[in-house]
Amino acid sequence: MFAYYLKLALRSLKRNVVLTVLMIAAIGVGIGASMTTVTIFRAMDGDPIPEKSSRLFAPQIDNYGPDNKKVVAGDAEHLQDQITYIDAVNLMNAKAASRQAAMYVTALPVTPPSRDLLPFQEQTRATYRDFFPMFQVPFLYGAPWSASDDEDRTYVVVISRELNDRVFGGANSVGRTLKLDNHDYRVVGVLNRWQPLPKFYDLTSSKYGEGENLFIPFSRAIENQMQGAESSNCAGYTGAPTWDGYLHSECVWIQFWAELPTVSDAARYRAFLNNYAAEQRRTGRFNWPPRTRLYDVREWLIHWHAVSDEVRILVLVAFSFLFVCLLNAMGLMLAKIMNRAADIGVRRALGASRGTIFGQCLMEAGVVGLVGGLVGLALTALGLAGVRQIVSPGTGRLTHLSPTDIGIALSLAVLATLLAGLYPTWRAAHVQPAWQLKAQ
Amino acid sequence: MEVNIILKSLRRNKIGAMVIAVQIAVTLGILCNALFIIQQRLEAGRRPSGVDEADIFMLRNQWVGDPKDLPARVAGDLGALRGLDGVVDAYASNSAPLSNGGDSEGIGRDPDGVEDTVLTAMYYADEHTLATLGVKLVAGRNFQADEVVDLDSYIEQTRPSAVIITRALAEKLFPHESPLGKSVYISFDKHAAPVVGVIDRLQVPWSSTGGWGSQFFYNSILVPYRMSVLYSNYVIRTKPGRLAAVMKTVQTTLVDVNRDRVISKIKPLSVARVDSYKDDHALVVILGTVCVALLLVTGFGIVGLTSYWVAQRRRQIGIRRALGASKQAIVRYFQTENLLIAASGTALGIVLAIAANLWMVSSFQMQRLNPVYAFLGALAVLALGQLAVLWPALRAASIPPALATRGV
Repeated sequence: MFAYYLKLALRSLKRNVVLTVLMIAAIGVGIGASMTTVTIFRAMDGDPIPEKSSRLFAPQIDNYGPDNKKVVAGDAEHLQDQITYIDAVNLMNAKAASRQAAMYVTALPVTPPSRDLLPFQEQTRATYRDFFPMFQVPFLYGAPWSASDDEDRTYVVVISRELNDRVFGGANSVGRTLKLDNHDYRVVGVLNRWQPLPKFYDLTSSKYGEGENLFIPFSRAIENQMQGAESSNCAGYTGAPTWDGYLHSECVWIQFWAELPTVSDAARYRAFLNNYAAEQRRTGRFNWPPRTRLYDVREWLIHWHAVSDEVRILVLVAFSFLFVCLLNAMGLMLAKIMNRAADIGVRRALGASRGTIFGQCLMEAGVVGLVGGLVGLALTALGLAGVRQIVSPGTGRLTHLSPTDIGIALSLAVLATLLAGLYPTWRAAHVQPAWQLKAQ
Repeated sequence: MEVNIILKSLRRNKIGAMVIAVQIAVTLGILCNALFIIQQRLEAGRRPSGVDEADIFMLRNQWVGDPKDLPARVAGDLGALRGLDGVVDAYASNSAPLSNGGDSEGIGRDPDGVEDTVLTAMYYADEHTLATLGVKLVAGRNFQADEVVDLDSYIEQTRPSAVIITRALAEKLFPHESPLGKSVYISFDKHAAPVVGVIDRLQVPWSSTGGWGSQFFYNSILVPYRMSVLYSNYVIRTKPGRLAAVMKTVQTTLVDVNRDRVISKIKPLSVARVDSYKDDHALVVILGTVCVALLLVTGFGIVGLTSYWVAQRRRQIGIRRALGASKQAIVRYFQTENLLIAASGTALGIVLAIAANLWMVSSFQMQRLNPVYAFLGALAVLALGQLAVLWPALRAASIPPALATRGV
């Protein structure tokens, strides 16, 4: 029956090529526009670490007080999105989570072994060993540095595959030396490709930017007085004008992540954060009741507005556009079916039931939807390629079709077209056979 | 009279007419808002930075190792840069307009007046800065060489002995009075910094629409610091037309002075402007494309449906022609019919456009829709309807009256 309906549908579509092409074009353009924006939206809204996103947490600690008007940046609750060095060290020392890592970004000059090459600058993440297992960072060669390297401030470095290709020609460079800012660092590991999108662990500079190429122990970076390369918020700097003064100031410039495997671990950590803030109040650092927050990855991305307003608006525009295209296709289908009223009348008179007519016409709509969906997919690919040409590189990284996107496009096309086809099909099924025959 | 007949016949074709009207309404709703957003983004991208963008480029210099003679090194670099053929002037700073990175500080008239504090961007500047940027001093004086302090750490060790502010900032801090001779307080510090000069216009480093800096776009303050920290930005102005040539040689010049450095981000401000507004521009292109596609789809939809109606009514049209209706009357009939449908769609569309705009105002950083856009959009879709209906109407008019006499 399915094959027979399909044959009928194709024959009917062939009979009025202009209308068929117009319908397919309308569906195709609508799907193309909406899927181009949906693909970008889904990439922005994506879960960068789906296996663990509910087990990784970023804290907020109010270190300025709710009434401090000197704070120029902060969220709706007047809380900072980064923490101070003091809090970072205290949270690390407390070891209240199963894994934890404080981190910040600095920029280091890399001196290539050959004198012929000039030094170049690389974004460098200063962090703790737990960073790697916590975020499931894949290693091509070697492994993370050890916990004792963190304590001993060892000169060790983990490099990205890309930098390994550039500096060591892609060879296993574990054990070799890399000169960073005139200090020799021992390579302990080379990462395999790792590009979480959005870059959830540090959203301060670019939400969809590339990851760092160098990773060194946090303790070494602090010891060598490496200044942060990203935002630092001080709300009126009051410390001594020295590195040590900066470290012990209330400036917020460090990101912190903790892994908490179970719901009760997370609850316990919340209580721990509150106790910590209360203790800071007892020692006189804070003079306000504890205000702390703990966000998991998804909540953190929402908090940071990972999906931009522009893309939300574009999705809205694109779906309104799809709606117009569907109305259009519906109008054309109606015209097409009413043109064939006589034909349908004959078939009804010869014994076809309403259900049969309904099914046959719906099949026609389904075929138009599927072909329109395929055209729409091609247009989506074209649209994304076009968008990639004109946006900044960060946004450009969001313009890649995933298999899920393709599935969404095709099912959206077929379902939407069937929906649009319901009314014309219903009209077809209610053609009066006798009336049509009389008119003949 | 004719309108009555049209309405009567439309009643027999309710769904078809509604499909067109709703299409027109949604089209108008999107069109108004899209045009409004496009205009806003274009306007934002055209905001002048206040500096001579065409002849300025900047680069990031980072020293390798932990050199102890940073101020001398930076002074040496600046000397070499200013001596280059084709270079007008140069200075070392923390940031520059359109670089999208810098310091923001709260500036107030008194150190405790938290409420009156104005957000600003702070630029490190020396006596060469005004000449390099090409900004105009409108009151007071430039920095003097002995006021400029070498800053070899991000943590400020010194307080500025003078500041220069933009006219926009001056008007915020000292409305209706001259700021010269008055003092400002930076980030609630007790140190009074005297205002010695006012410049015409200088934008903050950030330029994203609605992002950081958009609320205080022209509030800039210059402090007499020479950026001599581990990394600093060199801002270089060339003679007109010499920018490309100087940019080519600048790296070798600096490496010849000292090799232990990393030079990165060499970029003309004109390119920095394009990069800064890239996503804004992309939004304009995407919305523009959608608008064109939308008009095409709606237009063809009207063509398709009207053609079908014409085909359905061939016989009736033939009868009207046989009874004496002129070709023009037939064309007018379809045009009036379309106008009626389009007008009802337009009315609905304006409501939709305003509703969508109000929703965006409440959910995003969006301004109220200017009614001019609703008006222009309405005219556009009405014209589109008339244009789209023309071809089917002409086809209808060409139906011969003899058709009426033929049997079916």
